[in-house]
Amino acid sequence: MSDAGLLFLQLIVPAATATVCMIARGSARVQHSIGVMGAAVALAAAAALLLRVDSVGVLAAQAGGWAAPFGITIVADRLAAGMVLISALVGLAVAVYSLRDLRDGALHWEFFPLFHLLLLGVQGSFLTGDLFNLYVWFEVMLVASFVLLTLGNRASQLEGALKYVMLNIVASALFLVGAGLIYGKLGTLNMADIAVKLQDPQEAALLHTSGVLLLAAFGLKAGLFPLFFWLPASYHTPRVAVSAVFAGLLTKVGVYALMRAYTLFFAAKFADLQALLLWVAAATMVTGVLGAAAHFEIRRILSFHIVSQIGYMVLGLALMTPLALAGAIFYLGHHIIVKTNLFFVGGIVEHLRGTGELSKLGGLYKHAPWLAALFFIPAFSLGGIPPLSGFWAKLAVIKAGLEAQAWAVTSIALLVGVLTLFSMTKIWAEAFWKRQPDDHKPPPRPVGARRKLIPLVLPSAVFASLTIVIGLAGGPLFAFAMRASAQLLDPQGYIEAVLRAGGGAP
Amino acid sequence: MSRSFILSRTARMLLPVLVVLSLVTFYRGHHLPGGGFIGGLLAASGFALVALGDGTAAARRLLRIKPVSLMAGGLSVALGSGILGLVAGGALFRGLWLPEIHIPVLGVVHLGTPMLFDAGVYLTVAGFALQVLFSLQEADA
Amino acid sequence: MNLVLALTIAVLFASGIYCLMRRCLMRLVVGLILLGQGANLLVFAAAGLTAGQPALVAEGASAPPPGAADPLPQALVLTAIVIGFGLTVFSLTLLNRARKASGTDDVDAFNRTDAV
Repeated sequence: MSDAGLLFLQLIVPAATATVCMIARGSARVQHSIGVMGAAVALAAAAALLLRVDSVGVLAAQAGGWAAPFGITIVADRLAAGMVLISALVGLAVAVYSLRDLRDGALHWEFFPLFHLLLLGVQGSFLTGDLFNLYVWFEVMLVASFVLLTLGNRASQLEGALKYVMLNIVASALFLVGAGLIYGKLGTLNMADIAVKLQDPQEAALLHTSGVLLLAAFGLKAGLFPLFFWLPASYHTPRVAVSAVFAGLLTKVGVYALMRAYTLFFAAKFADLQALLLWVAAATMVTGVLGAAAHFEIRRILSFHIVSQIGYMVLGLALMTPLALAGAIFYLGHHIIVKTNLFFVGGIVEHLRGTGELSKLGGLYKHAPWLAALFFIPAFSLGGIPPLSGFWAKLAVIKAGLEAQAWAVTSIALLVGVLTLFSMTKIWAEAFWKRQPDDHKPPPRPVGARRKLIPLVLPSAVFASLTIVIGLAGGPLFAFAMRASAQLLDPQGYIEAVLRAGGGAP
Repeated sequence: MSRSFILSRTARMLLPVLVVLSLVTFYRGHHLPGGGFIGGLLAASGFALVALGDGTAAARRLLRIKPVSLMAGGLSVALGSGILGLVAGGALFRGLWLPEIHIPVLGVVHLGTPMLFDAGVYLTVAGFALQVLFSLQEADA
Repeated sequence: MNLVLALTIAVLFASGIYCLMRRCLMRLVVGLILLGQGANLLVFAAAGLTAGQPALVAEGASAPPPGAADPLPQALVLTAIVIGFGLTVFSLTLLNRARKASGTDDVDAFNRTDAV
């Protein structure tokens, strides 16, 4: 298959799967098998793309055949291809998980079409080389996530969705204004072309407004301090499968957009913002972890930890050394897998006991030792215990911080690591160690319940083994992150690939 | 809910006019103002008027197809036109055109994949708007 | 003309943000709509205004007349309007259901998902 075909395939597969799932809405069995198969095909396509990109460097293609900077460029460098692969992996895992999680009598036929639409938005955001097209992909994600959030229609979901919707629409408006002002001043929206034009310092001086607007818009999507309030207010309300895919992917798209912005098209503006980003990262880590300490329900605790972990990634970005950036990229990948898995485990707990509130839980270690193992691995990876994946991710970011002599921020990062561990031990002690409280007996197990748990346990077990593999054999993966980071810091290859990629429109 | 006789009759009379108008708007949209989006909205407004006058059950009966099916069909057509461009032209959504043909009454007809994409947009928008309007109205009833 | 547009945009943004600060759910949606329209108009105006020269290719010609308006910002705004339409429709549906589920449209009543 041609390189252009391989790039477009990443978008065609989720789009086609969403459409076919919509057509097959009458039959749950057909829809479910197509939904899972589509996710598997997307994973295979993403793996092929990553292999190709890692050997070539950058792939670019022009949608509609209109040459850049006039057409919309689809482009994949190592970072983008890596993100596409991990997202496809999460897509497949969540698709399998949802087979059980969403089967509760009511037929949620909307789930699979919207889920693949969401994946389409995520993959599009990673692959696009055009600022306005990025806005469109953000909106695709947003629309799909709105409806997914409210699947099931409970009052708490509606309330969570209301907060999510309002703040995200405001962010979209800011993004639109920022992008529009850039077009007004530079006459282009192609990211590579913007980067070329901004090498002229006089042009760059005019773009402070856009820079701040885009920082606010991406920061809100990523859940940066002080714009993260929508996240812990909504992520614990929807179905577990929906929570898991949101927790794994959505904020990471914001982080990816920030990385793209400050290494490519706003690289010229980065120096002005470095100090701000460093302190925003520190504040994000601290508020997230303190918020988690205050809560006593599994999914709420986990939601706050998303915020605090985003801080580490942005810290890596803000330091902007090759090691720090590689650490941030490694952190992104590790965090997507671990966080999705923690939500999976939280969901299994809710399935077994009917609640995620720590005060009503207990005795799970005795009752289901396998579940304890499934929780233990991602939880302690999140806390940064060697030799799990989180240790290497944290080590890279903190080592880069020490090398850059950012003492204050780095010590905050270390302290937050300890507090993260505290939160995880809190869940461990309350849900797994302590005795089941007498006034909250678990509901009796229905017959054949063990077999029905397979779709829930399988993705979680696969992700847990991935966490261990990344931890034990992280060398090649970290080498890949270093290559991706080197590519980000020298965007010339990216720019040339985009502006050269054959259009040849009639 | 009491129904207005005037609204009911007017809606029935306006429906065919709006649907034809929507098709004209859609057809001229490739080179002139118009197109699939606004065409789809016009068509949807015709059925929405009937739903306001006679209730959603009557409008759904007149529409025959479920709004969700319209959306699904529209999405398939739009995506298919893009893939056609990839397979035959080498880039997703590349425009491919048939030779111009002359048809009496209509004049010069120039068909191609952008037109097909627009048809998909027309169906999707009409389906989406009707789905939302019907479900809003049914939730209040 | 630029001044009039700038003032319009300012009024749209100001009233949009004012509505967002109110405690009534319906005003929230009105605020979002106004904010969205302000953003659309700003994008349109930022790319430069051209009076009376639509970017349309005349019958038989192969390029728009010289001095015609830049069609791209118009296409961008059109896309943004379409997206805004979808978002508005969804927020209205959501608002309607949230109001029914909670029995009030006072924003202050929606504090359960944040409560510790």
